[in-house]
Amino acid sequence: MRVTVRLFARLRDIAGAAELARDLAPGSTIGSVWRELAGEFPALADYERSISSAVNADYARMDHVLRDGDEVAFLPPVSGG
Amino acid sequence: MTIPLLAIGPEPLELGRVAAALDANAGSNAGSDGAVVTFLGLVRNHNVGRRVRYLEYEAYEPLALKAFERISAEIGERWPDARLALHHRIGRLDVGEASVAIAARSPHRGNAYAACRYAIERVKQIAPIWKREYFDGGDMWIEGATADPDDQRARAEAERIACA
Repeated sequence: MRVTVRLFARLRDIAGAAELARDLAPGSTIGSVWRELAGEFPALADYERSISSAVNADYARMDHVLRDGDEVAFLPPVSGG
Repeated sequence: MTIPLLAIGPEPLELGRVAAALDANAGSNAGSDGAVVTFLGLVRNHNVGRRVRYLEYEAYEPLALKAFERISAEIGERWPDARLALHHRIGRLDVGEASVAIAARSPHRGNAYAACRYAIERVKQIAPIWKREYFDGGDMWIEGATADPDDQRARAEAERIACA
């Protein structure tokens, strides 16, 4: 199955892309996508304990199981206002 | 044209417009409200010793709107007679420009003040919005709170500040 990964702010700068496509094994979670990305882009590992994540524009936890076509987003600590 | 209660986009913000969004949505409550409190957040020319030239805001827009809806619902639980309008700007903002405009309306001033303050505190906690600061000598992403809408301690802290 295939998901779209969206990265914001400094995470986007680290990966050099706002959007990535990833092929995943069935049963993959948000956490497994994150670990794969952190392997690819080691600077992401600094965010291990401070990121939030979302699926299809709703906040979701790292153990959330993904489905084909999902949009996964990783969000560094926010600074709106 | 109807002014939305909750919005995010590149258009310049106006306090009158965010307050007017509540007027238009007041319906049968229109005559019973006795207070509108507004807040306008501005881009400052200094931040922790740096001379700020301008900011660039970005957002995960659909989730930001849902976060605003959540904040509005939380206000409805905590201050049932208060109603919220909130507009956030994204893109490049120069010093002195407004990044966020908030209006809270209620029969009495106490709840309108509290709801307005609560809204800005919660935006800073849970809205997926980021600012990149361009200052004399460089630029950097500003990173504040880890966004977790279910963090009850953060929510309680925003309530405490709102009611201080």
